[in-house]
Amino acid sequence: MSETLELDPRDRGGPAQPMLRVEGLKKYFPIRGGLLNRTVATVQAVDDVSFLVHKGETLGIVGESGCGKSTTARLLMRLMEPDSGSVVFDGDAVGDLRGITVNEMRRQMQMVFQDSYSSLNPRMTMAESIAYAPRMHGLGRKEAYDRAESLLAQVGLNPRQYARRYPHELSGGQRQRVNIARALALEPRLVILDEAVAALDKSVEAQVLNLLGDLKEKFNLTYLFISHDLNVVEYMSDRVMVMYLGRVVETGPVAEIYRHPRHPYTRALFASKPTLDPDRRTTEMPLTGDPPNPINPPSGCRFRTRCAFAEAVCAEKAPALAAPLDGDYDEMSPHLVACHLPAAQRAMGVHHV
Amino acid sequence: MSHTTMDEFATGARPGADDVPAAAAPGYWKSVGQRLARDPVTLAVTLVLIGILVITIGAPLVTSYDPFAGSVMTRLKPIGTPGHWLGTDETGRDLWTRLCYGGRMSLLAAIMPVSISLCLGGALGVFAGYAGGLVNTLIMRTMDVFYAFPSILLAIAICGILGNGLSNAILALAVVFIPPMVRVSETVTTQARQLDFVEAARASGTTTFQVIRYHVLANVLGPILVYATSLISVSIILSAGLSFLGLGVTPPQPEWGLMLNSLRQAIYVQPYVAALPGLMIFLTSMCFNLMSDGFRSAMDVRLSK
Amino acid sequence: MSDDPVLRVEDLNVRFRRRNVDVPAVNDASFSLRRGETLTILGESGSGKSVSLKALMGLLPSYAEITGKIWLNGTEILGLPAADLAKLRGGSVSMIFQEPMAALDPVYTIGEQIAETIVQHEGVDRRTAMKRALDLLEQVKIPSAARRLKNYPHEMSGGMRQRAMIALALACSPSVLLADEPTTALDVTVQIQILLLLRQLQEEFGMAIVFVTHDVGAAAEISDRIAVMYAGRFVESGTSREIIRSPQHPYTQGLLSSTVHGGMRGTKLVTIPGTPPNLAELPPGCAFAPRCRYTTEACRRPDIPVTVTETGAMARCVRVAEPVFA
Repeated sequence: MSETLELDPRDRGGPAQPMLRVEGLKKYFPIRGGLLNRTVATVQAVDDVSFLVHKGETLGIVGESGCGKSTTARLLMRLMEPDSGSVVFDGDAVGDLRGITVNEMRRQMQMVFQDSYSSLNPRMTMAESIAYAPRMHGLGRKEAYDRAESLLAQVGLNPRQYARRYPHELSGGQRQRVNIARALALEPRLVILDEAVAALDKSVEAQVLNLLGDLKEKFNLTYLFISHDLNVVEYMSDRVMVMYLGRVVETGPVAEIYRHPRHPYTRALFASKPTLDPDRRTTEMPLTGDPPNPINPPSGCRFRTRCAFAEAVCAEKAPALAAPLDGDYDEMSPHLVACHLPAAQRAMGVHHV
Repeated sequence: MSHTTMDEFATGARPGADDVPAAAAPGYWKSVGQRLARDPVTLAVTLVLIGILVITIGAPLVTSYDPFAGSVMTRLKPIGTPGHWLGTDETGRDLWTRLCYGGRMSLLAAIMPVSISLCLGGALGVFAGYAGGLVNTLIMRTMDVFYAFPSILLAIAICGILGNGLSNAILALAVVFIPPMVRVSETVTTQARQLDFVEAARASGTTTFQVIRYHVLANVLGPILVYATSLISVSIILSAGLSFLGLGVTPPQPEWGLMLNSLRQAIYVQPYVAALPGLMIFLTSMCFNLMSDGFRSAMDVRLSK
Repeated sequence: MSDDPVLRVEDLNVRFRRRNVDVPAVNDASFSLRRGETLTILGESGSGKSVSLKALMGLLPSYAEITGKIWLNGTEILGLPAADLAKLRGGSVSMIFQEPMAALDPVYTIGEQIAETIVQHEGVDRRTAMKRALDLLEQVKIPSAARRLKNYPHEMSGGMRQRAMIALALACSPSVLLADEPTTALDVTVQIQILLLLRQLQEEFGMAIVFVTHDVGAAAEISDRIAVMYAGRFVESGTSREIIRSPQHPYTQGLLSSTVHGGMRGTKLVTIPGTPPNLAELPPGCAFAPRCRYTTEACRRPDIPVTVTETGAMARCVRVAEPVFA
């Protein structure tokens, strides 16, 4: 597990090949009702989402509730079936005859959930929870428990203290450390962190973020870091993808996105961030109203109903992700924005540090 | 008010700060046992049930009479008669003996249908709950058809078709109990399935069977067993009812429901004696009911502190 | 506008006592609040911040033992009979919650609920009350307020419900508004709207706000003063500028350095080790001592010195009191 990226026998395409290539991912949830249980509406949870995750990087996905970021995570893990779209893991199409099976993918891609308590089986000790997957995959009992104890130590929990504890005996931060250890038990290459620190107290959150950074280095991990917290995403990510109502509105290197946000929504989102400076409080509301319901979202650009720049064209067709109209384009990690209007992309945002 | 964990020292930030191995926490079932042992009501009813079990199974040891041998001379003696301390029935058989032997049939006819429905219905329910979707709809709507009939009528109808006898009564009751058992186990499984740890187990690439065995079953078995225990209390009354109607055990076999029926005519002569089989049915049924309540609260994970 | 405090709390103590537990949830909390002022109680989960608020509102269960003194507009309210307290609740003092569904009744429309509160506290007729309800909805900036008046809570979005709950809380023009994490469950774009709304309403109505949160960002946006709570005790208080710019107490320092913000990229976060303590088993002396990097013998003694500067900033720390230890 400690080999460098180049020596990892599971690395197939070399560092240039993306770890994950997602294309046209789509999931609509039917809402059934009425006497005959017919579909009365659809929630367009994830609508035509495509992105790459490069080897060794952290891709942050940020957005408000209902933007589809958690559904994306579940679709990637195949905890739910996508309506359409393809996922290619290190060159192998997942679920494809010529590629790898879902279970083969799951050995290399793991996930940490938001709720540290409900994601641990209350009837299992910490060591049992961590050892479960390796054991089911054929590792001997002794080896599996040894690995569990070593992982507990890696995430900063003394195995002599915690291996035989049950979830209700630990604090939230400690449980989340166990969840991270559990995700690492299969020696994955990609870890999806779905709001993994959102439920923790700030002092504990910082500890877990530091831990995630250490583990990434130690095990050559690639992260998909999903969060609603703009500051945490900025801290953790190399590249960022901003989602709104099931679609990607902007993506690019973290510095680009945070310093020169092009999409009006991204700008509004950043301007909504509390300033942490009592002398420079926010004075204007960047946006009014709540995010619209993903049931029957607006036509065309989904942000147009809250956008100050919206024109007729925005209602007619959905903007595709493209290079910003004035920006320079970097092949490896391009800055892409889904907006029709040059004026909207150029407008200055509210700025804080 | 959220209570945080006990030891603020023992965290990753200071590894080795406190290297004393923690005492292993009691496992879940052990802690359930401990809580049960502290509950006086459950303890009492369990003792009563054990008592009933002892006198029925060990009937030849607690009575010297033959349950089938009666005498015209000793018909309908009242409670407290020397030699027959619980009196005698309409053919002069010792009632205490009949109650002891009768319990065998009654308990068998009550527990067997619940066990059958627990195995079949429980498995079907867990399957339906875990599979979800169309499979779930198919299974659950089929069960709804059975639900449309009142349980006692359904049991009588099945017995009527199959003919009387103990095994047919057991079969009929098993059929009656399967739909509620399926429904209960389906509900708890559906809930458990949505929990993050089941999703996490699925995400670890293990097989469906492994996920059910290690993660789902351990968390749904408790509530299903509680429900099964409470079903026994219903089952005792229903099976006695079938016998009472002549659809279950046939005379001269002793059985509480049947005894209640045959002593019915003597109700004006020896009302207390006539009431005894009924009392046994009531007592056993109530004990199972209270026991299931005790299990339910002992299994509640939200440890009330 | 008088300079007397509208709310003054002195040595508030809350203990939860039941058969085998005795949890000192709030210890010797004192603060006062003038008209139009916002005090934020900042703390992590289990620090006792919400309990303090509920004690002020008389919303704690009967096994909670509350001692100390609370003056509202000069009247002492602790120990008042339940009927008088009920009159105060929703009258001079009202509360908003993290989850608006907890405060709103799902079976009545928003309009009916606000009007009902006004009728009960002011005895006006229903028509007048309904008209006031409409005004209130407009004041909290609910679009098409007349239509929303007839909405049930479940028909509104999260942010809209939060506004409706604020309107309900303002129905009787309270002099003190208690806000228990009202922005925590909201999306960031909605959160800032609610914070700005509260600030604006405060300017219009002049009420004092006690704002409870774990979020330093929200605290910086809304408060005049911040009091930091740890393990049921105020460890530091001061103006929000003092607390955020130059925190004195090691816990406040740790909390701020743990709070991720822009510009920290690439640096290791300076964290507070360990987990928050169990309130039932607090160490003698400073409750933060087991996690503090400056702990000395003096920190484990029961009397932790309290330092108050001339600007009124307070810190409960040995190190602040005697910089020699540093």
